Amino acid sequence: MTQQAIANKVTVVALVENEPGVLNRVASLFRRRAFNIDSLTVGRTHKPDVSRMTIRVDAGSEYARKIANNLQKLVNVIDVRVIDNEPHIERDLALIKVRSDDAHSRNTLTEICDRYPARIVDVGPHVAIIEMVGTEVFVEKFIDEVRPIGIVEMIRTGVVSMGRGTRIHDTSVTRRDLARAIVQASSARNGRKS
Amino acid sequence: MRLTGSEIIMECLLREGVHVMFGYPGGAILPTYDAMAKYDDRLHHVLVRHEQGASHMADGYARATGEVGVCIATSGPGATNLVTGLATAMMDSSPIVAITGQVPIPAIGSDAFQETDVTGVTLPITKHNYLVTDVDDLAYTMKEAFHIARTGRPGPVLVDVPKDVQNAVTEFIYPEGPIFLPGYDPPAAADTYQIDAALRLIDQAERPIILAGHGIIMSGAMQEVRELAERAQIPVALTLLGKGALPEDHPLVIGMMGMHGEASSNLAIQEADLLIALGMRFDDRVTGNLKTYAVNARKIHIDIDRSEINKNVRADVGIAGDLKTVLKQLLPKLERKSHPDWIHQIRDWLEDSSERDILNYETPGRLLTAQVINDIWRLTGGDAITVTDVGQHQMLEAQYYPHQRPSTLLTSGGLGTMGFGFPAAIGAKFGVPDEEIWAIVGDGGFQMTLCELATARQENVNVNIAIINNHFLGMVRQWQELFFEKRYQATPMVNPDFCKLADAYGIPNRRVTQRDEIEAAVAYARGIDGPTLIEFVVEKEEMVYPMVPAGADLHDMKRRPKPGES
Ligand SMILES: Cc1ncc(C[n+]2csc(CCOP(=O)(O)OP(=O)(O)O)c2C)c(N)n1
Ligand SMILES: [Mg+2]
Repeated sequence: MTQQAIANKVTVVALVENEPGVLNRVASLFRRRAFNIDSLTVGRTHKPDVSRMTIRVDAGSEYARKIANNLQKLVNVIDVRVIDNEPHIERDLALIKVRSDDAHSRNTLTEICDRYPARIVDVGPHVAIIEMVGTEVFVEKFIDEVRPIGIVEMIRTGVVSMGRGTRIHDTSVTRRDLARAIVQASSARNGRKS
Repeated sequence: MRLTGSEIIMECLLREGVHVMFGYPGGAILPTYDAMAKYDDRLHHVLVRHEQGASHMADGYARATGEVGVCIATSGPGATNLVTGLATAMMDSSPIVAITGQVPIPAIGSDAFQETDVTGVTLPITKHNYLVTDVDDLAYTMKEAFHIARTGRPGPVLVDVPKDVQNAVTEFIYPEGPIFLPGYDPPAAADTYQIDAALRLIDQAERPIILAGHGIIMSGAMQEVRELAERAQIPVALTLLGKGALPEDHPLVIGMMGMHGEASSNLAIQEADLLIALGMRFDDRVTGNLKTYAVNARKIHIDIDRSEINKNVRADVGIAGDLKTVLKQLLPKLERKSHPDWIHQIRDWLEDSSERDILNYETPGRLLTAQVINDIWRLTGGDAITVTDVGQHQMLEAQYYPHQRPSTLLTSGGLGTMGFGFPAAIGAKFGVPDEEIWAIVGDGGFQMTLCELATARQENVNVNIAIINNHFLGMVRQWQELFFEKRYQATPMVNPDFCKLADAYGIPNRRVTQRDEIEAAVAYARGIDGPTLIEFVVEKEEMVYPMVPAGADLHDMKRRPKPGES
């Protein structure tokens, strides 16, 4: 992939309620509206009730805004933000299994890994597994260099990102906190235990 | 108070102000039906004959009242029968809450008897849905469901309740106070810069036009829109669901737009230099070919749904907000304006249209749908609530029954659901019992939900059913005539004797075949306190004009020839 093509990519970050079916709702929305996305990752946050989705879109900011506006309509989506030109950190992780059955390939591999934030995490008589973490562009570059040695298997997590500085993208209260608080408050008022 | 899940559902319905629910029982919802007995005096259950009817009735109730309509069904086939009604309500932003039974939690996922993944099935056709897995979640889930259904851009919400949750007992604590849905925050007001930008465009416009949609009625912004139109002298074109947003005899109202809209409205849109789109969504049935749509016009688009802005038509000023709130921000700063030349131009177009009006033709011995509908309009003083089905009669209703008040035309616009009209009329009557209700339905669509004749009889619902019988799936036949060289494949119908059918259900009826019989038949129907059915046997091969063929340019209308032309 060219760097130009990657530069056209925009990231949509969504904080979602960590409830069954939320991923289904998001996937259903993308399919229904025929939104084309590049990658989607979901992971936990420091709050047990909140998950965070990072969605990469390959069609510019306007398209990303459309997606964001639709995501925002989902009740379980707490907050959505489009990250295009604001400063941010992004990371993609790749596990790459490459041929390493001769000295030459092993040497080349070690040499390439030295120049990248990449580690050889498993070595066998025939293949090795490398872990590479970096920006999407950087991971692409690394893969391009490793490819001639002979990639036999690969998985990438997809990009996750976070805005720099003090603009915090977070939610202070979650739904379940509140629902619980209300029940407790009303039972206290009624003098009953729930 | 310790209650079962079923009782909690009833308690929650009462607290939402629900008096009536439309439903059909079955195994997985039986505990809830059993609990109904205790609440019978305050919560009336209407037994439908098919769950699709229940969802359309809830929808009709919602459209007539602006309140949430409620329908109930059992798991599996009961729930899947609701699907058409949910999709219909979704497309037209109608607030309904559907409660469905589900197999007990331990059986979920096992392909148990009558198990269907209903939240999965209805995910894309509901505004939101829930599977309640703990009886302690039930009360606040019900409260959220009603809140989501009726606020923001309204829509259907489904609550799926497993049988064991209905049976489970818990301390019932109704969640008083505000609802906390951090992910649900419909927009309300506009920013000042947006208001100023809109005002600037209005001020610069020489040929402005207001596109008045359903959102006006749902936001209750009728008065504000009227003020905007009058003060800035802006003509108003209506969408199908926007009919009634302003009285149709208002001098600035120029009629419906779109595929079967007034030619003058469509021409005005194409010639305009400013579109002010209020609570409408630029559906393809109103825009025609987007590439040539209102190309000379700048666009102000105000809608409560953020995702509608720039979806089909790019807005120069796009405001996501509640229409009434936004117009209240705008009106104090709005200058008086006038556009005499523009309005004069539109009047000329209107005159040409009325020359082509079918009612101005000599049609001896023939009964035309337009005549039937226009006579019903005249004989009801134009003040009835009409509920239509889908097809030619629907478009002719829109053309020949001018509506003066909001929420007096109930019709399936977005989904175009045949079978909607009759059950929706029943639902509407429960919501507004003092209104006169006419279900205006085609011979085709009526047969899709006519089993509800039994419901109308059992409940003695005072709706007048006008069947427009052209012995054809008329609208499809029209397309076949225009675009398929009159190959009438699967559109002619051998119909039952509708009057005998009504007899079988114990419903008073009349058949009309001549224009001079209309008045007596309408008077007959109006005189009976209960359901009546009038069959109007009309011309078989009528056409609805004007017509913008699907995908054609909006100004590229097929018109009825003027008298004398061929
Ligand atoms: C459930 C459903 N099936 C099919 C259609 C396609 N369709 C649109 S109009 C129409 C014909 C309607 O015929 P009828 O009810 O007799 O009304 P008419 O057009 O003759 O007034 C059909 C089949 C539809 N809108 N809805
Ligand atoms: Mg017909």
